[in-house]
Amino acid sequence: MTATLTDPVRVRPPAADGPGTLRIGRARAALELRQFFRDRRQVFFTFSMPIVMFLLLASIFDHTYEGTGVSTQQIYVTGMLATGILSACLQGLSLQVGMERHNGTLKRLRATPMPPASYFLGKIAMVVVVSLGQAVVLLGIGSMFFGLDLPTAPGRWFTFAWVYLLGATACTLLGLVCSNLIKGENGGPLVIMPVMVLQFISGVFVVFAELPRGLQTVASLFPLKWMCQGMRSVFLPDAYAAVEPAGSWEHGRTALVLAAWVVVGFIMCMKWFRWKGKDEG
Amino acid sequence: METTKPGTAIRVRGLRKQYGAHTAVDGIDLDVRTGEIFALLGPNGAGKTTTTEILEGQRDRDAGEVSVLGADPARADRAWRARIGIVLQESKDFAELTVREIVHHFALYYPAPRDPDDVISAVGLADKARSRTAQLSGGQRRRLDVALGILGDPELLFLDEPTTGFDPEVRRRFWDLVASLRDGGTTILLTTHYLDEAEHLADRVGVLAGGRLVDVDTPDRLGGRHLAPATVRWTEGGTAREAVTAAPTALVAELAVRLGGADGEVPDLAVDRPTLEDTYLKLIGEAR
Repeated sequence: MTATLTDPVRVRPPAADGPGTLRIGRARAALELRQFFRDRRQVFFTFSMPIVMFLLLASIFDHTYEGTGVSTQQIYVTGMLATGILSACLQGLSLQVGMERHNGTLKRLRATPMPPASYFLGKIAMVVVVSLGQAVVLLGIGSMFFGLDLPTAPGRWFTFAWVYLLGATACTLLGLVCSNLIKGENGGPLVIMPVMVLQFISGVFVVFAELPRGLQTVASLFPLKWMCQGMRSVFLPDAYAAVEPAGSWEHGRTALVLAAWVVVGFIMCMKWFRWKGKDEG
Repeated sequence: METTKPGTAIRVRGLRKQYGAHTAVDGIDLDVRTGEIFALLGPNGAGKTTTTEILEGQRDRDAGEVSVLGADPARADRAWRARIGIVLQESKDFAELTVREIVHHFALYYPAPRDPDDVISAVGLADKARSRTAQLSGGQRRRLDVALGILGDPELLFLDEPTTGFDPEVRRRFWDLVASLRDGGTTILLTTHYLDEAEHLADRVGVLAGGRLVDVDTPDRLGGRHLAPATVRWTEGGTAREAVTAAPTALVAELAVRLGGADGEVPDLAVDRPTLEDTYLKLIGEAR
């Protein structure tokens, strides 16, 4: 406090509204990514977790499905791709936003003229970079060491694009809703446990075709099962479709269920997302 | 709101806020004039923070009329938020970013911000501009909060216990900064625990106790302080003497004639008026 501020220097002329939502959203995205990559520990765990899990699973279960030429390792790469989206967009985001609600970040932002949409744009950019980054690493390891063939047909990449887009959108919206469960340092298990259960019953840790029918049915209600199945349809040969419970890839139903979760997530977000902690009125 | 007169930055009538069975704010009427520093004093739980947060648009109210810069903060829009500045109580956010990065980023939110680097120097963080927030001391962290509060060049600034954790010298410099903001035309609503802070800075003081505003006046007139009898102390015949009187000047003149020595001095003479603290403690004591 060495100077006074009676005659402020304006850096730009007064405008009625200030910079637009998109421009602030871009700045928020840059800020989110800078914060993310500066936290070395977080970066390390985010990108190593799916790889460690994959390497473990791939070394424990190692056989080939007769008549399809598909190895368990190939299946696990696709499962890890799907669960990577879930962990970045839903689990990671909900923990982070919950923390930001607790430590005053959200309150401080609400005290400024920052448009709320810009905040969400920044978060979306961050989860996209994180989840796609994980996908690149997984696909690299899978194709280099575990016999995963990266498809060349554009149709397959188109499937990847919409499965990723719908899955990531649904998970991001649900992640924002679930952030309400996080109260400071506590509450993590409230999000992590259901995610864990979903991973077991949706075909991430255990090959989906080998699960009991009851669990398969329960899993069908949630997005992760369909994200896994969609990813299998991108990276496994079509012969494997016969092993799926329906005997086909079910692209139509996958799109429908994921789109439904996007709608549900959006409605819940509009209704329940809070800028303040619950005890703060 | 058409009821707001020009020259009134904040107008509150019958403000109430209930948390379950507990009434935090119990019918407050308050006017803050444009360009003044208004200090809200009160013990913990008196309703200071609740009241402030309702005025900031950070909290809902149960009843009452509130107009802040001519608008209802419960329905505040972006343009209104650009005209106010808020320094919240303690925060621990943005640990991984540097002071400079945060201030420059926040400047982007405002239509007509102050120069970010000027603001950083004004709060005395120029030599910490490249430090990450996690490495700042408590007082430095608080100054960053203040920097973010004044960055948008607000017409109205809310300071919620801004100097908690400051050492005396930093507090003095902070006071100079706040006074300079007022001189530049900013209206300031200050809540504080420190009576010396209120006495030094505030044009007017409001005392909250039990969710009610028990008195509003200038610091030297609060609670009829200027009318209160003075205590005169002196030493006479080797013993300490003391008298409470509404006419201390007359008493001192009489003592000077009676006891003045060769140098005209009355031994150990002192005249005390009730301090702001005495008045404040009396006010919140009566409210209990």
